[in-house]
Amino acid sequence: MAYSEKVLDHYENPRNVGVLEDDRSVGTGMVGAPACGDVMKLQIKVNGDGIIEDAKFKTYGCGSAIASSSLVTEWVKGKSLDEAAEIKNTQIAEELALPPVKIHCSVLAEDAIAAAIDNYRNKNQ
Amino acid sequence: MSDIKLPIYLDYSATTPIDPRVAAKMAECLTIEGNFGNPASRSHSFGWTAEAAVDRARQQVADLINADPREIVWTSGATESDNLAIKGAAHFYRKKGNHIITMKTEHKAVLDTCRQLEREGFDVTYLDPRENGLLDLETLKAATTDQTILISIMHANNEIGVIQDIEAIGEFAREKRIIFHVDAAQSTGKVDIDLEKLKVDLMSFCAHKSYGPKGVGALYVRRKPRVRLEAQMHGGGHERGMRSGTLATHQIVGMGEAFQIAREEMATENERIRMLRDRLYNGLNTMEEVYVNGDLDHRIAGNLNISFNFVEGESLIMALRDLAVSSGSACTSASLEPSYVLRALGRNDELAHSSIRFTIGRFTSAEEIDYTVELVRAAVKKLRDLSPLWDMYKDGIDLNSVEWVAH
Ligand SMILES: Cc1ncc(COP(=O)(O)O)c(C=O)c1O
Repeated sequence: MAYSEKVLDHYENPRNVGVLEDDRSVGTGMVGAPACGDVMKLQIKVNGDGIIEDAKFKTYGCGSAIASSSLVTEWVKGKSLDEAAEIKNTQIAEELALPPVKIHCSVLAEDAIAAAIDNYRNKNQ
Repeated sequence: MSDIKLPIYLDYSATTPIDPRVAAKMAECLTIEGNFGNPASRSHSFGWTAEAAVDRARQQVADLINADPREIVWTSGATESDNLAIKGAAHFYRKKGNHIITMKTEHKAVLDTCRQLEREGFDVTYLDPRENGLLDLETLKAATTDQTILISIMHANNEIGVIQDIEAIGEFAREKRIIFHVDAAQSTGKVDIDLEKLKVDLMSFCAHKSYGPKGVGALYVRRKPRVRLEAQMHGGGHERGMRSGTLATHQIVGMGEAFQIAREEMATENERIRMLRDRLYNGLNTMEEVYVNGDLDHRIAGNLNISFNFVEGESLIMALRDLAVSSGSACTSASLEPSYVLRALGRNDELAHSSIRFTIGRFTSAEEIDYTVELVRAAVKKLRDLSPLWDMYKDGIDLNSVEWVAH
């Protein structure tokens, strides 16, 4: 399997790896399943103005799954929740030049954003 | 470490390089100056010298397995030998019965041949191994019926390296007068094979797992008691009618030479390879949550098949780009299924996906093993640091109790 430069870069130097201390300002989304070969955990920290000021991830999965989640942590930072929810898997796939068999990794990353936002909103409603 | 050539080849069960001593002999059988004749030519010396070279190789192969050279049939490799043995025996003995027994962990050359026979109307039983990969003789006995005409069980497994007890299986098969075929593609030069003692009727071999060339193999066909086969390749009647086709002198000479070297050097070679394998095993086994696949004792010296829990297989292979190894991961196979051999041992998908097969051979050095240990440890650590499953495991969460949101 040949990987794009960008996938390799995110895989070699993943951005924003880690765990955020859980409190009301943090939303956590975990999607995927071990038996399917990928699990993504994405966390967002939202400030008083409703802006995502930090994001962290941990991913069990192939290089493309790691790259997709690393990329979205960069993309969501500085965005409002509504803006972050606009991020589409096709944008992720395009940015990383994912081959067709790896599109599901970008779908999973989009799902992870939605799950993290949901979790934050549930905590703060 | 600086003089290590990357990538490091640790895939000797996929194939081996040809030993330079073998290549030199093969090169003598190619050009006009060399032994290029057709071994079947009876009317001139070109044919006679080619035939003499083939006879010598036949003796060399027979010597490694303590057989009579007249029991050796040349083929194009172990795949063809398996096909000839299984289809040939099934077709010949069809009137005696239509039941065949094999194992789920066999090579595809055996499994797909059996599938074909099922389409032709044979019944095939595919036995499960025990968790350690070995066949329980009682399972075999229980599956045997008065219709059983053929048992096909491999010697050393290509993925996990475990060695089946073909001596005990042979005794049982002989007692029941059932033909016993053994795929020994992975065991020549690694395990002693004495066909005077073993009650094996048909045995498949190839050269390229034992430092000989690809594209040549042999089938052992027992003479006493005599085993009959229906030919699968028809033509000029070579190899006593069992396998037609002009003999490839250079390939056959290469296989003979490789098998002679195997016989002469296997004792010391296996000792050295086992030390390297143990060095690799000891280097990796001190990590948490690593699982060896298959029995460690009944195993060829050069094989270590090991799963790294909470690490995904494809990302591991990606991190190990400096190693030429095989993986049980779906992502590295054409079928997108994790290894069927590991599944047959009862390994779950995650462990099957995260398995790596290291196979060590004649040209592996201790420096390469030490480098490999460092590389694998670093890769596994990096990927576990990235893995939410690892965090959950460390927090004491049972992953089976989690409700996963599958997509
Ligand atoms: C156990 C076993 N049987 C059969 C084969 C097929 O051998 P060949 O490539 O010579 O046809 C192999 C090698 O891939 C093998 O490991």
